[in-house]
Amino acid sequence: MGLRHTSLNTRDSELDRFRFRLGIASAAVLLCFTILIARFFYLQVVQHDYYTTRAEDNRISLVPIVPNRGVIVDRSGAVLARNYSAFTLEITPSKVSDLDATIEALGQVIEVLPKDRKRFRKLLEESKTFESLPIRTRLSDEEVAKFAANRFRFPGVEVRARLFRQYPMGSVASHALGYIGRITTRDLEVIERNEVLANYKGTDHMGKTGLEQRYEFQLHGETGYEQVEIDAGGRAIRSLARTAPIPGNNLTLTLDAKLQEITEKAFGDRRGALVAIEPSTGGILALVSTPTYDPNLFVDGIRTDDWDLLNNSPDKPMVNRALNGAYPPGSTFKPFMALAALEIGKRTPSQTISDPGFYNFGGHHFRDDKKGGHGTVDMYKSIVHSCDTYYYMLANDMGIDNISRFMGSIGLGSRTGIDIEGESEGVLPSQDWKKRRFKRPEQQKWYAGETISIGIGQGYNAYTPIQLAQAIATVANDGVMFRPHLVKYITDSKTGEKTMIEPQPLRTLPWKSQNIETIKKALVGVNKEGTGARAFAGAGYESGGKTGTAQVFSLKGSEYRAGKLKQELRDHALFIAFAPVDKPKIAIAVLVENGGFGAQSAAPIARMVFDYYLLGKLPKGAAQEVQTDEEEEE
Amino acid sequence: MLFQLLRRFWVGLVEHLDGPLLVITAALMLCGLATVYSATYDANNRALSQLLNMCVGLCVMWAVAQLPPQKLMRFAVPLYLIGVILLLGVFFFGIKVNGAKRWLPLGFTRIQPSEIMKIAMPLMLAWYFHKYEAALKFRHFIIAGLLLIVPFGMIAKQPDLGTAILVGAAGFYVIFFAGLPWKVIFGMVVAGASAAPFVWTMLHDYQRKRILTLIDPTTDPLGSGYHIIQSTIAIGSGGGFGKGWLAGTQTHLEFIPERHTDFIFAVFSEERGLLGNSLLVVLYTLLIVRGMMIAANASTLFSRVLAGSITLSFFTYAFVNMGMVSGILPVVGVPLPFMSYGGTALVTLFLALGILMSIQTHRMLVKK
Repeated sequence: MGLRHTSLNTRDSELDRFRFRLGIASAAVLLCFTILIARFFYLQVVQHDYYTTRAEDNRISLVPIVPNRGVIVDRSGAVLARNYSAFTLEITPSKVSDLDATIEALGQVIEVLPKDRKRFRKLLEESKTFESLPIRTRLSDEEVAKFAANRFRFPGVEVRARLFRQYPMGSVASHALGYIGRITTRDLEVIERNEVLANYKGTDHMGKTGLEQRYEFQLHGETGYEQVEIDAGGRAIRSLARTAPIPGNNLTLTLDAKLQEITEKAFGDRRGALVAIEPSTGGILALVSTPTYDPNLFVDGIRTDDWDLLNNSPDKPMVNRALNGAYPPGSTFKPFMALAALEIGKRTPSQTISDPGFYNFGGHHFRDDKKGGHGTVDMYKSIVHSCDTYYYMLANDMGIDNISRFMGSIGLGSRTGIDIEGESEGVLPSQDWKKRRFKRPEQQKWYAGETISIGIGQGYNAYTPIQLAQAIATVANDGVMFRPHLVKYITDSKTGEKTMIEPQPLRTLPWKSQNIETIKKALVGVNKEGTGARAFAGAGYESGGKTGTAQVFSLKGSEYRAGKLKQELRDHALFIAFAPVDKPKIAIAVLVENGGFGAQSAAPIARMVFDYYLLGKLPKGAAQEVQTDEEEEE
Repeated sequence: MLFQLLRRFWVGLVEHLDGPLLVITAALMLCGLATVYSATYDANNRALSQLLNMCVGLCVMWAVAQLPPQKLMRFAVPLYLIGVILLLGVFFFGIKVNGAKRWLPLGFTRIQPSEIMKIAMPLMLAWYFHKYEAALKFRHFIIAGLLLIVPFGMIAKQPDLGTAILVGAAGFYVIFFAGLPWKVIFGMVVAGASAAPFVWTMLHDYQRKRILTLIDPTTDPLGSGYHIIQSTIAIGSGGGFGKGWLAGTQTHLEFIPERHTDFIFAVFSEERGLLGNSLLVVLYTLLIVRGMMIAANASTLFSRVLAGSITLSFFTYAFVNMGMVSGILPVVGVPLPFMSYGGTALVTLFLALGILMSIQTHRMLVKK
């Protein structure tokens, strides 16, 4: 009884306390609401006149003035991207009662093609209705006058002068430059993250890919403001004051536009990639991925049919093969293997092996390309004649850990850090990589047999052309490694100050100079008496190179007859090279997709690039394939 | 016969609804619809879709009101745990929108788990205090505090200060009504005041900027001060009786940002003036008074503290929103209850309303 009594008691007191606290809370609510009402009274009665004036003054609106986007020029000043001003006819959908009727009526005054309507519809879906959207771009003076005479009939429709981006060289260097396009919701997030939203008021385009994207905030400039008096309908009456916009900063590239153009032509209609680097700076001289596309198509909203054409083409012109294509390096891997062997002491230059035409590992025959083998082979010969057996053995002696450590040190299998977004990593095979790549334990284990074909650049190996170019440039530059970059310097539009990009080496590899000399000598041998000799016959400079062929599919012991294979099953042709040998000014990696032998289709392109860059020799047409017999050693 | 059937259907329909609450919210919803219409009719009219949101909300409210509080209690722990797990999900897999990680992608759609916490938090704490009602010790308050602080911290970290404040307040109200000793409350106030300088250093840049522009909005008229300047101009120029429906120049010349969501009060205030504002405050006061009555008459500790917390949450929403729009509180993303456009927030509000109705209409059954 007593217990029950106290429990009831506590319950009652608990209820009392609750109701007391409810009362306190009510008092607090009342107090807060009183403060609010007082605030409203202050704003709406006491300060009413002041705020009425301010609301009237709000008829003065700040109109953003979009700055001129920075210009992009090549190393000698040739313009690659610039702006031009043109008149556009724009509709603000929220101010128009019947869009279709308005567009129909506009079509009576000025030509509006179905493609213009289509583009307008697309823009309409993507944007807010109070934005003014172009229905026609690039009006002629006559058209502007025609519309001006009829303007009263079209409320919510205006002629505006807008700046357009133009890429005067068309498709040249499109994969490096990228393009600009209308700002989407996702772009807005990027802008907001970078806390530059205020600076993008009025801007409706931004860089989408390539340098245009990477250097967006440099190229954009600072938005200016014009104080404009507007009438009750929100229409501008007159301008009151103006803060001028500050144009974007200009980019000067390391790229040589002429070289780029010649190189793209050299590919003809073949698919492939080429990266040319100045070894002593890491500056990119040419960045080619074919087929290319015309970035001008994107500037005022790409037409659906153009987009479909680009996007659905089996040749994938939108893919930047130089940065995003990962290919087995084939025999171009061998000089790096040889250098690794010298550095860790697994081989000396004069050490020889005997090549019977295959390498036997655990009962499996790894074939050499040359039937019957190369006989007695030392390091020089192994590179010049591209002896597979030498590298099967070497790979087995070195082991996968040594190989992946060395190849990682020259940048293979990791992003080079070039100043374009979205670069691929490629695959540097290692025990660790295999563990990450596969799920089942038996697949995760590295088998010694897998190391053998790694030695000749096959197996899991897959690198991007820019990684190969960086690697050969590093060898050419005696182990001093640079981060490849396209922009030489940025010129500040206000101060004229120039900011250099990546002027310092990334790292210096501790290679012995006699080892580098051995490899270079062998690479020179390739172009003098080996697999590159035919392509470089009679060149006016001394060059070093290495051919390569990357298997697209496994041969399974059958013989390779290029002519009988479908084109897309043919091997990829590769070539890496540098010149002049004593003081290298250019290093390149060339890849021709399904080009067959590297010596046959990739090396002639390299020759053409070197001839132009070193001697100023202009080629006649696309680089012809060098005729080789099928027994050619690779 | 048919008449009787209809009658029984009607009784079943309204049995668990609370008349006064329904009338007050209906009035608020009408104001809201008219204002959403005015704020969006130039461009993309949202009034119809808001009406649809309200219908969904009403259905949710009706369904929840049918459940007796004892059944509601069973949802407390699972709902809270799901909320915390989803918040963890946001932390690891959330997607960033406008610099804040608030959304969890679920393949077909994305959800904002902090919204669940607005209900789950008071429900959980009310359940917790109810469970230990007979022998409430000080340590129970400490555990309750921990249950509150973890999700609060996770939401504040997203960062979503507005929702964090709402969730934190809802939880705190439960602890307060459960009898948190006054000594502790005063202690917290003192500690809070002395910790303010440290909190300042922990805030995100954009939050500091918001507080600074609150003190002096003119320092950043184009950036973060713009919202407050434009909304106070809208309110002030509205005057005693407003510029009339659809006639607000601030609104229709697009000077008010987010005018159909967080800043809808500026639109209402410009077009309806002090008279409209007062009416709105009276409506919210009535809503709160009715809620307090339900809390005071509730039959269990669970119902009492839950009803009290929900009621004060309504107050917090309204006060924080009107306070920020009129420039006496910092700008945090808090919608104005039953006025702001937005489906998720509206459904949460109606859910809370449903709980209040359930507590009110099931109280007699418990007493028997």
